[in-house]
This record gives sequence, C-alpha cells and structure tokens, in this order.
Amino acid sequence: MWEQYAAALPANAWNWSAVWRRNYMAWRKAALASLLGNLAEPMSALFGLGFGLGLMIGQVDGISYIAFLAAGMIATSAMISATFETVYGAFARMHAQRTWDAILCTELTLGDVVLGELAWAATKAVLAGTGITIVAAALGYAAWPSIPYALPAIALTGVAFASLAMVVIALAPSYDYFVFYQTLFLTPMMYLCGAIFPVTQLPIALQRVAEALPLAHSIDLIRPAMLDRDASSVGLHVGVLCIYTIVAFVVSALLLRRRLMR
Amino acid sequence: MLGGVEAAPISRRTIAMKPAPVTPTDRGGEDVSNVAIDFTAVKKSYGQKVVVDQLSFTVASGECFGLLGPNGAGKSTIARMILGMSSPSAGKITVLGEKVPARARLARKRIGVVPQADNLDLEFTVRENLLVFGRYFGMTAKDVEKITPSLLEFARLESKADARVTELSGGMKRRLTLARALINDPEILILDEPTTGLDPHARHLIWERLRALLSRGKTILLTTHFMEEAERLCDRLCVLEAGRKIAEGPPHALIDEQIGCPVIEVYGGDPNELCALVKPLAQRTEISGETLFCYAPDPEQVLARLRGRTGLRVLQRPPNLEDVFLRLTGREMRD
Ligand SMILES: Nc1ncnc2c1ncn2[C@@H]1O[C@H](COP(=O)(O)OP(=O)(O)OP(=O)(O)O)[C@@H](O)[C@H]1O
Ligand SMILES: [Mg+2]
Repeated sequence: MWEQYAAALPANAWNWSAVWRRNYMAWRKAALASLLGNLAEPMSALFGLGFGLGLMIGQVDGISYIAFLAAGMIATSAMISATFETVYGAFARMHAQRTWDAILCTELTLGDVVLGELAWAATKAVLAGTGITIVAAALGYAAWPSIPYALPAIALTGVAFASLAMVVIALAPSYDYFVFYQTLFLTPMMYLCGAIFPVTQLPIALQRVAEALPLAHSIDLIRPAMLDRDASSVGLHVGVLCIYTIVAFVVSALLLRRRLMR
Repeated sequence: MLGGVEAAPISRRTIAMKPAPVTPTDRGGEDVSNVAIDFTAVKKSYGQKVVVDQLSFTVASGECFGLLGPNGAGKSTIARMILGMSSPSAGKITVLGEKVPARARLARKRIGVVPQADNLDLEFTVRENLLVFGRYFGMTAKDVEKITPSLLEFARLESKADARVTELSGGMKRRLTLARALINDPEILILDEPTTGLDPHARHLIWERLRALLSRGKTILLTTHFMEEAERLCDRLCVLEAGRKIAEGPPHALIDEQIGCPVIEVYGGDPNELCALVKPLAQRTEISGETLFCYAPDPEQVLARLRGRTGLRVLQRPPNLEDVFLRLTGREMRD
C-alpha cells in the first residue's frame, strides 16, 4: 500500500540534482536574455513607482518610499520568477516536450523530478531577487551587509511559490489556466501583503487574510533585512513558508502521480 | 561498455527457417534468473474500459519477445507497466526479480527504453543529450564522456556528435534514442515501435543494430506493426487484440500452425468470381479489397485453374506473419 506512493517521493537526497543540472544547462544557452527578461519588469516597477509615487508619498514607515518598495519588489519578483519558471518551463517539460517522460524511464522517481524542478525554479527566483537587491543596494536603498540575510529568505520564497505553482500545473489541462492563477491569486496577493504599501493601511479583516498568505511572510523577512532592522517573529515567518512548501510539494507530487502514472 | 557483455545465454536462431523455441521451461525449469519479465494475470483498466485483460507471459533473458497488435491493443500500456509508470489494476509483474511497480526504480536501473514518441531534449546537441541522460543514472560527466564515442559509433552518429537534435533526421533521432537507452548498459531493452515512420534503409539499419544487441545477450521486448520486423527479430511473439492475448509462440511456429501452406495472391479480376472458382481447391480463401488470398496446400492445382485467364496478376509465395496477423485479427476472427 505504502509502496504505491514511493514513486511520488524523492528516492534519495541527491537524485534531484540531475534534473537541476539539465535545466541549468539549457538555461545557460540563453542566460543573458533570460536574466534581462527576469530583471526588466521588477526594475521598471521599482523605478517607475518608486520615483513617481515616491514624490507624492514621501516617507513610509520612516524611510523613503522607494526603499520601502524595494523589499516588496524583491519578494514579488522572487514569487513571479519561481511561478513562471514552473508554470511555463516545467509545464512544457512535463507536457509538450515530454522531458519528464524520458526522465521517468531512468533511476529517478517522479518525486526526484518534482524536487529538481522546485530547486531550479527557486534558483531562478534567487537570481531575480538578488539582481534587484544588488541594484537597490548600489543606489543606496538597501544596506549591503544585510544582503546575506535576505538571500535565504528569497530562496525560501522561491521554493514556496514554486511548490504552489507545481500544484497548479498538476491540475491545469493547458496553459490557459495559468492566467487565472496569476490574476486570482498572485496579483491580489501583491496588493494585500505589503509589497507596495504597508499592510496596516488595509481594513483589519483584510489584514487577517494577509497574515495567512505566503508573500506577507516573505516580505516580513526580506524588508527588515534590506533595511538593516531587527526582524520580529522570524521563526513564525520561516515556519509558515516551510509549511506552504512542504504541503504543496507533497500534494503536487501526489496529484502529478495521478496525472502522469495512470 | 558495449563490448563488455558476455555471450548470449541462449543460442540465437541464425537461419530464419529453423525456429528454436525459447521458453523458460526449456532451460532448467524454475531458474528465476533466466526470467527477465514475468506477467501473471495482469489486468489494466481505465474506468470501465479494460485495456489489458488477464495477460500472462514470460520473457526469458537473452530473448527477443515481440508484442504485436493493432492500434489500441495495449502494447504501449504493457511497456509502461513494465517500467512502473502505470500500475496494473490486478495481477503480478516481476521485472529482473523486482516486484513492479513497487520496486520499479530498481528494475529501471537495468532497463533501457525507446519510447513510442521521441522525447529527446531538443535544446541540446547529440552529445549533450547523452550527458544529461547519463546523469539521471547517477553517472558523472567523466563516466559519460568515456562511453560516448562507443555509443555514437553504435548509433552511426559519429559525425553528428555536436549537431543539435533538431538538425537530425527521423532515423537519426531514433538511433540517438537507442544510443541513449544504452547509456546505463541495460540488461533489458523496451522498444516501443522503434522503426515506425522510418524509411526502409533507416529501418534496416536499426534492425541490424538490434541484432547486434541481441548477440551481446541483451533481452529485448519489442512492440511493432511491422510483420517483417517481428519475423526477423523476434524469438517469440505475443499477438494481442483489445488487450487479450490471442496467440503466442515463435514466428515460424505461428505461421505453420495458423497457415501452414503456400499462399497465392490474385488480383486484376473480380475477386468474388475468382474465389468461387478456386475455393474447392483451397484450404481457405480470403478477399481483402481487390485481392484474393488463397491458402492452398497444392498451389499447382490453383495455378492450373487460373491459367488461360487474361489480365490476372498471380503471385505465389510462402506464408508469412502478415497472413497470421490478418487471420487472427482480421475479419475471420469476428465471423
Ligand atoms: N491514460 C489513459 N486513459 C484512458 N485510456 C487510455 C490511457 N492510455 C491508454 N488508453 C487506452 O488504452 C488502449 C491501449 O492503448 P495503448 O497505447 O497501450 O495501445 P497500443 O497497442 O500501444 O496502440 P498503438 O499501436 O496505437 O501505439 C487504447 O484504447 C487507449 O485509448
Ligand atoms: Mg503504442
């Protein structure tokens, strides 16, 4: 009975790395274009909103608006990179390109493949998040010494959202469904979770909702790090993100097993 | 790595005329190490639809076992079940001594697969495809580099090592998929329609490569629509229809058993009229389109009766697997 589900779990602690390396090899061939594409959008949001709105808003939480926004854009871009890599990249490898089919004929299990894809999507999130962090720091909107603290938070954000997106691709019949995920879940989350304005601006009921959403916890980890402030409830934020990651990983692996190994 | 395999555990049939039936019982009864794949009463259904029904067969190690059947007969489903990529609804599957699907991962270490649809990595070159695939078996880049030349030579792709997969012809892609399947030096090869869509030249090249693998002692499970392919390569065949086994045995035994006499094909006249004419002289006749198939133990009599009629094209030939297949899965089955 238990053995039935073995295929949905990673076989060991290192098999996934073969999948990560395959994706890395493919990405390397177009790395520059991919990096530019990943950074362009959050950068334009940062500068557009930051300078434009910053003029009208002045200070937020005792800092300039653009410095406030930087952490929000870092978390959001990590979220978006991990999600897009999963719903477009991984979905193509599962569906149209049949790359997963080929891998599942080898020593790897479906769990190994899913883990490798999550690790890869998280890597892309780290690349995007780090890129903005460095630009923000170079312009003086973030504290250099805090970058090492922000990195693990960005990585955790990446895995959490990659896992959630994995559930989405396990259920989606085609690409068309990803738009719903983006417009109904990701975009509202960006507004609710304190990426663009402080959560305290929201009605209390929505603040409660935000507390349950993963992006809010990412931002609560990344922003203090960026601004070199003391973070509070680090354990809680990390814990919530870990729970999202693990639950979504297990659910997605089981759903994918049902979808692919009929 | 390709050359390092011991001689085949069983002597292979070299001349097609003399079938050497290879069943596990021929070689020492219960010796399980001789059994590569075993299906016992396997059933697979999707909802109400039964796709594989009470199927039992055994593939001995070193033999080439063919699965034959029309579209939708369940061949690919069987291949997927062997790999643990699909779970049987009932029955028992053992592959290389491992229970499948529970321990399929361990079995897959020792299996190479050529799937029905190519799934090479289009973003990569030939060489990179081998490297990436080797890593899925825990090989290092060094391990893969060491065997790449021999794999490329085997697949006759030496000159294409650094070409992207998108630049390869269909036959080359198929050969690369075969080379990729050999990267882990497998004991069993699962080949799902390895030559479908290839031109005759490309097909012959694959056949020759497969025979080389058999002579190195590899076990092959092959699905195909080509009777000639099955007849040439397979020691034993299993003919399937709608997931059920309808015949099993060495190709020549099946031909003897099911047909057993020369075949005369006649076309160019009214097949129904011709049929009435020769029926008394034939063991069995069949009309397929405009062609009359006449299965006659004494073909001379039939030829004599047709002589003098103008405009007829008459061909006398030995029976082949095509005749068996038509008889087993064709009109006759449903009569
Ligand atoms: N995931 C699935 N869900 C429902 N039915 C399926 C599924 N996979 C296969 N089938 C059905 O099972 C039957 C056998 O399919 P299979 O692919 O094994 O046939 P096949 O012998 O390989 O055919 P072909 O010669 O066309 O490759 C078909 O009727 C097919 O529609
Ligand atoms: Mg098939």
